[in-house]
Order: sequence, then C-alpha cells, then structure tokens
Amino acid sequence: MKELDPLVFWAVFQEMLGAPLLWLMLVVILAGTAAFFALLLKERRIDSRRLVRAEFVGVAGGCLALVLMAKVSSSGFTDAGGPADWFLIALVFGLGLAGTTILIYTLLGWRSRV
Amino acid sequence: MSKEPIVIDPSRSGRLDRRSFLKLGAAGAGTLLLLPDSASAATKVKTAARIVIAGAGAAGLTAAAQLAQRLEGAQITLVDARKAHFYQPGFTLVAGGIKPASYVVSSTRDYVPSGVELIEEAVAEIDPEGRKVVTATGKPVPYDYLIVATGLRLDYAAIEGMDVEQIGNNGLGSIYHSPEKAAATWQAMSKFADSGGVGVFLRPGTEMKCAGAPLKYTFLTDDHLRRRGNRGKAEIIYNANNKVLFSVPIVHEKVRMLFEERDIRMNYERTLAAIDLGKKIATFKTAEGPVELQYDFINVIPPMRAADAVRNSPLPWQEGNWAADGWIEVDKHTLRHKRFDNVFAVGDVAGVPKGKTAASVKWQVPVAVDHLVAQIEGRESQAHYGGYTSCPLITRLGQAMLIEFDYKDNLVPSFPGIIAPLEELWISWVMKTMALKPTYISMLHGRA
Ligand SMILES: Cc1cc2nc3c(=O)[nH]c(=O)nc-3n(C[C@H](O)[C@H](O)[C@H](O)COP(=O)(O)OP(=O)(O)OC[C@H]3O[C@@H](n4cnc5c(N)ncnc54)[C@H](O)[C@@H]3O)c2cc1C
Repeated sequence: MKELDPLVFWAVFQEMLGAPLLWLMLVVILAGTAAFFALLLKERRIDSRRLVRAEFVGVAGGCLALVLMAKVSSSGFTDAGGPADWFLIALVFGLGLAGTTILIYTLLGWRSRV
Repeated sequence: MSKEPIVIDPSRSGRLDRRSFLKLGAAGAGTLLLLPDSASAATKVKTAARIVIAGAGAAGLTAAAQLAQRLEGAQITLVDARKAHFYQPGFTLVAGGIKPASYVVSSTRDYVPSGVELIEEAVAEIDPEGRKVVTATGKPVPYDYLIVATGLRLDYAAIEGMDVEQIGNNGLGSIYHSPEKAAATWQAMSKFADSGGVGVFLRPGTEMKCAGAPLKYTFLTDDHLRRRGNRGKAEIIYNANNKVLFSVPIVHEKVRMLFEERDIRMNYERTLAAIDLGKKIATFKTAEGPVELQYDFINVIPPMRAADAVRNSPLPWQEGNWAADGWIEVDKHTLRHKRFDNVFAVGDVAGVPKGKTAASVKWQVPVAVDHLVAQIEGRESQAHYGGYTSCPLITRLGQAMLIEFDYKDNLVPSFPGIIAPLEELWISWVMKTMALKPTYISMLHGRA
C-alpha cells in the first residue's frame, strides 16, 4: 500500500506463513548464508565443479518455487500479462535457484571437509 | 577435489551449524525488539477517557487495536453482537470458486486487543447529546468519545419478491450476503457456466461497499463460461445504476473497453426493483419505465444503507444525497463528526464521497485515531485522509487490475512504474489472492 515499512512487511509475512515457518525460513536463510561465507573463507575459492552440480539442483529449486507460487495463488505464470509479471516470475525463479544453489553448494562443501 | 554424489546427509553436516545457529538466535531476539508493540510503548498517552466503538468489523477492530497501542488507562469498549468475523474481500473469491467459505470466516474475539472490553450486543440507540449508546437489551454505555463503525446494512427487502433463503437455487446468486450464500452463489454460477443462457449482473442505486465487486463477478462468470467452452451459448448483460460502470472516469473507460472486448452487453441507468424467483424475471427501473429481463443466472446486489440505529440517530447528514440512507455527517478529511466533536465515523458508515473498502479503512482509522488522541492530549492533529480507496479489479481467473484512487478521481498507485493500475496483470491477482488477507489481518491487529 503506501508506506512500505519493513515492519509491515514482516507482519504481513508472519500472517501469510505463520510465525514458526517464517522464523524457520529466516534461520535457514541466515544459517545457510553464514555457512556459505564460512566455507568461502576456509577454502578461499569457489569450487567450480561443485558449483555446477549445485546449480543443477538449483534449477529444480527455481521450478519448485514457481510451482509453489502457482499453487498458493490459485493461478499460474501462464497468466502473465505484462512486464511486472515477467519480473515476478524471474524473481521467484531466481530466488528459488539462488537459494537452492547456495544451500546445496554449502552442504556439499562442508560435507566433503568433514 | 573430491567427487561427491549429490546426497544431503544431515548426520554429517551438523558440526558447524550449532555455533552459527546460536549466534543467529541472538540476532533473532534483537529483531524482536524492533517489533511495533514495544517500540510504541514508550510514547503512550495516559488518560482515563471512556471510548466506545460501535461495531467490531474491519474498522472497529482496527480502531480498537490502534487506540490500545496509543493510550494507557483508557476504557475502550467494543459493542457488536456478531460473534463471527468475516473477511469480506474474500467473498468474491468464494463465489468465484477459488476459495472455500472457511477462507473468510474467523471469530471477532480473536482480534479484540487485551484490555479492550467487548459487549456482545447490537447498539440499538445512539444519543450523542447524552453521550451514551444503548444496547439491544437496554443497557446504557456512556462515553467521552464515540467511534461509529457499524458498516452498512444490505437492504434485500427493498427488492420486491427477493428472498435471501433462495440464494443458490434456481439461478439466484448474491455474493454480498454471507460466506454461505457466497458459496451457494458459486454453485449456481457454476451450473450456469455449464449450461449457458442469460446472465444478468447489476449494482444498486445507493452507495455501496467495494463498487468493483459487481464488475469482478461479471468478469469471473465470463471467464468460467469461456474455460468450459460455453461462452457462445451465453449472453451476459451488465446493468449500471447510472451513466458509468465505475465512478472514476478513467477506470470506467477501461472497463467499458474490456466489456466490449468480451462481448458483455451494457445497460445504463437501470436499478433492480423487483424479481420473480419462480419465473426468473428481473424487473429494472429505468427512465422509460420498468424493463423486464429473463435470466438463467443473476447476481443480486441489494441497496445498501446505514444500520437502523445510526439512521434513527442525530448523526446522519441532515440533507443532500446521503441523508436518506443515513450515512454519518463527518468531515471527509478528518472523519470527525461535523456537529459532535467527540464523535468519529470510520469504515462503510462514514458519509464521505469514496472509501467504502477495507483498504480505505487502513487509511481512515489512523487519521481518526490521531485526531481523537490529539483531542485527549489537547493538541492539534495534522492527520488527513485523502479518500484512498482500492479495489483489485479481477478481470479473469489469474489476472486483475490493481486500481487505487482518491477523492479527486486520481489514480494513486502504490507501486508506480512497476504495477500499472489499468493493466490486467498476474502480479495484481497474486496480491489479491496471497497478500491481501494477511495484510487485512495484520491491520486488525494494529500491525499494518
Ligand atoms: C463481496 C464483497 C467484496 C469486497 N471486496 C473488497 C475488496 O476487494 N477490497 C476491499 O478493500 N474491500 C472490499 N470489500 C469491502 C470491505 O469488506 C468493507 O469495506 C469493510 O469490511 C468495511 O469495514 P467496516 O468495519 O466499516 O464494516 P464491516 O467490516 O462490515 O463491520 C461492521 C460491523 O458492525 C456491526 N454492526 C452492524 N450494526 C450494528 C449495530 N447496530 N450495533 C453494533 N454493531 C453493529 C456488524 O456486526 C459488523 O461486525 C468487499 C465487501 C464485500 C461484501
């Protein structure tokens, strides 16, 4: 609506997902990011072969994000009617892809170091 | 480099995570401190004022939440007989076959802030001179400040031959009545989408809540017919009460273009006067006398007026267009009563030119509340309501136009340059189906 106050966003997301799921997601995102950077610091490079493998799973993650979105909105990306819609589709797919890729890359990385 | 298969083994990945998890826990607690409740606690105004809120719907509950956040020691009382709370913007989705009836039903009690009293009775009488309201059982509730938020009354009885019990039967629909009748309307509409025939749509000649809803439902019916391959077997007729399809000129033109494109016939200056439910004939009042339309499906939207307790009180406009239906005489920018300065009206009952939507409630309530709190404090409030009204106008399953406007008939898009208001977009539909209810519920809790 008009004031795009982050607290309002937080309240709305909490209402949408329920507080436990929202916090869980936040924790997974923050823990994943922290683990990713910790891995980077330790390895001091990006392992490109591991990244490629993670990206494969990432594509599936992006698709899954789109399917989920279509389900909860009782519609589909086939309903896209203008640039804002393409942007939203790209955003949802991109977030799913990036999130999954980083998570998988990190998991594989730490797994191979244990 | 190790060649590992892509297997996620939780038993082996837990080592690092515990430490960063603990750190994150601390960060999370920090975020909690930023939540609005504790942030505003420091600035609460101390008062012993008695504030009565008549009506615990969207506007009444939002007002209660905001007053409870801003005042300390005030005696805040909500008066409303209805135990269930309805998320009314969802009625269109229920009647469109998109959501179940349960999607729109919750309980009023869930939203009553702690420290606020709820009297589960209707207001029968409002006495602004004596500064009290009287409940249906005759109990007087005195006040220092009154907020009237009784919404509006659906006057089905004004349509001769109408029987709300029959909604859902014999091609009779009415999406406004209640969650159950919205679901029954879906059954009737779905049957029509299978068989085709004549679909009759309309809006009342009075002020109404969400003036976009009659149009949305026309579009949804059209789309259901198309998806079932039966549009060719159907005729759709939309009857406007005056010369336009929507009060904002630029929106009227857009809807007119879409209706033409979808082969929806438009009649102007017609209001539904009578209905024969057995013979399926709707009689419209027109300048040329009564006109009958035979229908196979009809969406009846009745005239809307203020609640009787309000109409019979001294609060409504005394002259002009709004006097007869009882809309309350308030200043359109402050929502303060023009004759009783300790009385405010918010939501559908307010006699202002636009704004009978839940989205308007979100902008009206903080203004009225700020003026009320300022009066308690003895200061002047600058808060100002510009007529913001919003209506995600569904134009087919999966698309809507995010239409937002103000008193001046200006479009006031929330996302200028990103979400075009007059474009049929999926993103606007996504907002309507995903974001609006959470935003509404947050509003009731005073968080949005
Ligand atoms: C089909 C439909 C579609 C809609 N679509 C949208 C939309 O897309 N977007 C949007 O923003 N808005 C929409 N709305 C409008 C929105 O729901 C209303 O504008 C909003 O609920 C107004 O809030 P209110 O508090 O004034 O009235 P309400 O929420 O109706 O609450 C009024 C309350 O007052 C109580 N009451 C009545 N008489 C008395 C009395 N004598 N004493 C005590 N209490 C009394 C009632 O029991 C009720 O609880 C839609 C509404 C409908 C019906």
